[in-house]
Amino acid sequence: MEQIPASIWTLTAGVVVTLISFWVGHHHGLLPEQASEQAPLVDNFFDIMLTIGTALFLVVQGAIILFVIRYRRRAGEEGDGLPVEGNLPLEAFWTAIPALIVIFLGIYSVDIFQRMGGLNPGDHAMHSMHTPKPAMAVVAEAPSKTTSDATALLAAAPTPEIGIGASPDVQGKAPDVVVDVTGMQYAWIFTYPDSGIVSGELHIPVGKDVQLNLSARDVIHSFWVPQFRLKQDAIPGVPTELRFKATKVGTYPVVCAELCGGYHGAMRTQVIVHTPEDFEAWRSQNQAIATAPVIPSLSDRHVEEMGVTPQLVAQVEAMTHHHSPAKL
Amino acid sequence: MAQAQLPLDTPLSLPEHPKAWKWYDYFTFNVDHKVIGIQYLVTAFIFYLIGGLMAVAMRTELATANSDFLDPNLYNAFLTNHGTIMIFLWVVPAAIGGFGNYLVPLMVGARDMAFPRLNALAFWLNPPAGALLLASFLFGGAQAGWTSYPPLSTITATTAQSMWILAIVLAGTSSIMGSVNFIVTIWKMKVPSMRWDQLPLFCWAMLATSLLALVSTPVLAVGLILLLFDINFGTSFYKPDAGGNVVIYQHLFWFYSHPAVYLMILPIFGIMSEVIPVHARKPIFGYQAIAYSSLAICCVGLFVWVHHMFTSGTPPWMRMFFTISTLIVAVPTGVKIFSWVATLWGGKIRLNSAMLFAIGLLSMFVLGGLSGVTLGTAPVDIHVHDTYYVVAHFHYVLFGGSVFGLYAGIYHWFPKMTGRLLDERLGILHFILTLIGTNLTFLPMHELGLKGMPRRVAMYDPQFESINLICTIGAFVLAFSIIPFLINIIWSWNKGKIAGDNPWGGLSLEWTTSSPPLIENWKVLPVVTKGPYDYGIEQRKGSTDEDDDEKE
Repeated sequence: MEQIPASIWTLTAGVVVTLISFWVGHHHGLLPEQASEQAPLVDNFFDIMLTIGTALFLVVQGAIILFVIRYRRRAGEEGDGLPVEGNLPLEAFWTAIPALIVIFLGIYSVDIFQRMGGLNPGDHAMHSMHTPKPAMAVVAEAPSKTTSDATALLAAAPTPEIGIGASPDVQGKAPDVVVDVTGMQYAWIFTYPDSGIVSGELHIPVGKDVQLNLSARDVIHSFWVPQFRLKQDAIPGVPTELRFKATKVGTYPVVCAELCGGYHGAMRTQVIVHTPEDFEAWRSQNQAIATAPVIPSLSDRHVEEMGVTPQLVAQVEAMTHHHSPAKL
Repeated sequence: MAQAQLPLDTPLSLPEHPKAWKWYDYFTFNVDHKVIGIQYLVTAFIFYLIGGLMAVAMRTELATANSDFLDPNLYNAFLTNHGTIMIFLWVVPAAIGGFGNYLVPLMVGARDMAFPRLNALAFWLNPPAGALLLASFLFGGAQAGWTSYPPLSTITATTAQSMWILAIVLAGTSSIMGSVNFIVTIWKMKVPSMRWDQLPLFCWAMLATSLLALVSTPVLAVGLILLLFDINFGTSFYKPDAGGNVVIYQHLFWFYSHPAVYLMILPIFGIMSEVIPVHARKPIFGYQAIAYSSLAICCVGLFVWVHHMFTSGTPPWMRMFFTISTLIVAVPTGVKIFSWVATLWGGKIRLNSAMLFAIGLLSMFVLGGLSGVTLGTAPVDIHVHDTYYVVAHFHYVLFGGSVFGLYAGIYHWFPKMTGRLLDERLGILHFILTLIGTNLTFLPMHELGLKGMPRRVAMYDPQFESINLICTIGAFVLAFSIIPFLINIIWSWNKGKIAGDNPWGGLSLEWTTSSPPLIENWKVLPVVTKGPYDYGIEQRKGSTDEDDDEKE
């Protein structure tokens, strides 16, 4: 048999590893369907990392297996191996290559995050309509003009500064649909401030810019729709948001992803993405029912109707918390 | 300097001690670092079994989608205490307390640790910590996860939660005492004839680990004590309705608990750097690179904690900054992996149980490291945070990494500790079962997380049932893999083949004394004449002709 040069083997191995990696990166089928504008961005980034990762995995794993077979001690063999203590160019190479890869991934993840709207939480209509004020200052002012216009009330709700905000194409614009999302043990409550609808499921129109204002009543919860690739914790005392466009009509699970108690695993509901016409139909159908508040939600709207100040609400809530039996 | 070294050269005469320790000495406040090392290892292993049983119970529950085996609150108590025990009472005390105590003085040529009584005290804080955790089950067990985020931790099973806090603070105090001891021992008690570049890499790893523990552990204690006050004494550090902030706790917690990941892997990396050269019969490839990369991981590791909080109350700049710092950790870690693989090249690899576990660690850790890179980037983490993808990742690095490394260390140093060899056939069976069990249990979890299954749930969407069943079967394989190991340890400890002083032909100083070592390690302290990894160097010098013959 003719001797095949080592360089041919290396080249062949390189080509095979590259082909396998690209194939795995594109056909892994590990991610659920894409139903939001952000999903393809995340998936594309994941696919790239999976491709690089597969290549590195195959090279390192291949080297381990090859070396173990090639350099295993045969029966009766004595003595030591080659006394090689290092090789500076080789070490520089395998320091530099991962460094370059992670620099590339770092820059790329900033870019992806920016396109997802991750760098723009707090970019709301309120911001463009009013001069921005720190949330605390606004809250402090609110009680003095409780009887006045609706804009003061709007401002009284602290503006989320944390989460996934406006993606570049909707920056500076008001969202099409706003939903207040409240997490509690063990349910999600969806309130539509403009229509007064309160629902246990999230209904949104496809292709519209949706803003979820997340809050939590008792413990930390986390709002996750796997098909949207979006997740944000709902934290007591820290308003957060998720802003996105759903791209596909359908029904998807809403999952609580932060341990919130014994029935955390059962804290599931669904998001129904409608066509715009179906969404309007759903809204007009439910608006009629929504006149009487049935959910013990002390949103600002109800506070205003009853003539209670936010301070009083805070006190009442603090008291009920302190007297709940779970506390003792 | 001269005064400091004086006591090292003269054998200590006080206090009087017996020729050898009896079995009951291992149940006392003994100050010998080798006794303490074995105390740590055995205690930690018992907790490993307890934590493992909890895992088996949880996997049994998860075999089906409904909650039908455990009460959901008990399930949460198990998941909390499984994590806590495996971290604070198994990997950390076994790796740092066990191997660290046993090996560091032997490797640097010292008769004991710098502060033997402090050392014994540090160990004896562990059993009460474990007892507190187990006793907390009488009050329902802590149920808020090993992370114990408020407000959940301040309103759920509060008595048990308070016991949990005290247990962690005890374990943390033990860890701080140990760290001081390791730093001083390595710094001041190395035999004068050993140059710094002849210090075994395990000791470099222990130095990095101890510095990290010293900086980060007090922060955890602060966070937990404030939590204890919130639960019991009416303060409101973390109560949003009284001006507190729940996110502050997460920062305090992860400032320790991310470095804790390195506390659990750096000593294991140290074990790898000892086991691989001995059995590959090669000098370690890139001694300096490995030593410096430990220190680099230690430094960068202090500035990555927010990657656990990418979906929490963190502003965009923080999510971006910590994405980049997290990715940087991959570089020194990669250097280590490549160096170990290169150490295999051209060796005469002895494929015994110790080496198989070390090579197994290399394979498993690569997978865990790569999934860690994907998790470190905010865009992907937004999707997979708090899912089974994370569970898969950290079990590949902590089970496939740390636990494989601990097994490698046990197979490697058991002959030194007991004077007897472990049985190789049982060892290889143990390795094969562990390798199969690990991949069967944890590989499918990646898919579960990506497809939409959150972690820490007792009931889940039925579409995930078939994959979960595979994981459960894997967990049972892992549970059974312990049996050959236990038989091996118990049988070999009493009846195993006599090992001799240096069964592996190792060059580091622990192999220069008897097995088991004398009570003060050596009659006359050894003099270092060559490096700990100089395998094949003398053979090379003496027989260049022979090599030429081989080439023909």
